[in-house]
Amino acid sequence: MTVEHADRGPLDRDELARLVAGDIPRKSFVNLGIGQPTAVADHFGPDSDVVLHTENGMLGMGPMAHGDDVDPDLVNAGKIPVTELPGAAYFDHALSFAMMRGGHLDVCVLGAFQVAADGTLANWHTGAPDAIPAVGGAMDLAVGAKDVFVMMSLFDRNGTPKLVPECAYPVTGLRCVSRVYTDRAVFHLTGDGVRVTETFGTTLAELRARLDVPLL
Amino acid sequence: MVEIAPDTDAAVRGIADGSTVLIGGFGAAGQPYALIDALRRGGAGDLTVVNNNAGNGTTGLAALLATGRVRRIICSFPRQVDSFVFEELYRAGRIELEVAPQGNLAERIRAAGAGIGAFYTPTGAGTMLAEGKETRVIGGREHVLEYPIHADVALIRAHTADHAGNLVYRKTGRNFGPIMATAARLTVAEVTRVVPVGGIDPEAVVTPGIFVDRVVVTP
Repeated sequence: MTVEHADRGPLDRDELARLVAGDIPRKSFVNLGIGQPTAVADHFGPDSDVVLHTENGMLGMGPMAHGDDVDPDLVNAGKIPVTELPGAAYFDHALSFAMMRGGHLDVCVLGAFQVAADGTLANWHTGAPDAIPAVGGAMDLAVGAKDVFVMMSLFDRNGTPKLVPECAYPVTGLRCVSRVYTDRAVFHLTGDGVRVTETFGTTLAELRARLDVPLL
Repeated sequence: MVEIAPDTDAAVRGIADGSTVLIGGFGAAGQPYALIDALRRGGAGDLTVVNNNAGNGTTGLAALLATGRVRRIICSFPRQVDSFVFEELYRAGRIELEVAPQGNLAERIRAAGAGIGAFYTPTGAGTMLAEGKETRVIGGREHVLEYPIHADVALIRAHTADHAGNLVYRKTGRNFGPIMATAARLTVAEVTRVVPVGGIDPEAVVTPGIFVDRVVVTP
């Protein structure tokens, strides 16, 4: 069943981050990657008990550091100064990625260039001949976290859908994404196909007309 | 036994042309700036450098790259807003780049230090970064065969050492230090302070002294 919010506009970035935060179960171990998904951290309630993992080697990451709290030895995966919360732990890179690959991380939230209907993710490389490839921890997160959520705009600047039948960009991981949170709709990628759970400023019928992906 | 070097030039002596050098750090955190500067002054060339990134700004690893004495870099994330030194070299065809997923990079270093011949990992399966590599389906899932990264030298930054070479790190500055220390024939650590044997709680040691050859105190 799709809940349609057609009487409003698309979600802004803040609303989208709040929506994702609200869907992450209490007491989860969560990695928010770099860039836009890190805004999700601002929307966990005080009793969410979510523990944030940052792949450069920390559990129990706190909010961004300011002023006197800035410590060059305490940064997140985007190399932005952060703080530590009570109960935090530091560890080396091999252990940090063992937490992903070993299936210990509950949820990660990543940005994307494209997501295919089967959950295949493209988010690390445009494939342009002059682009410098840089992958970081994206491939490890994609295959490692129990649930991989993508957070992105549904259409690019030219209005082309980013939820696609097949990725045109070089892929990050195969069949790894379980949910796609966008400004226009939330998509659950299931074994049966793509289910739209909620729409914002649009309707299921409109999405069917604009996307090349069959919607349940 | 570990040697407490009098200065950073002594700490990096003997690094030969053509060496593979593991350099710790994640961006600036844990980057052994003083040892990198000493390596640059020492003049060794034709180097292969392994680091998570490819230098920031104009100091540390970026300054080493700028000398043109690094032939090849193995890293996971060379593209950052302030990695212009690398970018210029790369676009001019003056440096080779091998990009590895960050977890595979870490595990390849760990495997070298642990005497593992190679390992299968699901990370990267089905992607460009697995092209040309052996694959195997294990438990219904495709895995890629990855080989260890053995090195001649590891340059790392820790916080405290004792005279037995045991190391303790500081916060996210730890990152690659503990695994890189295990994977090189010569491991050099720059630290903020050195304490007498017994000055570090054995339960708190992160890198045991067996992995550390030289220590130097830097501010």
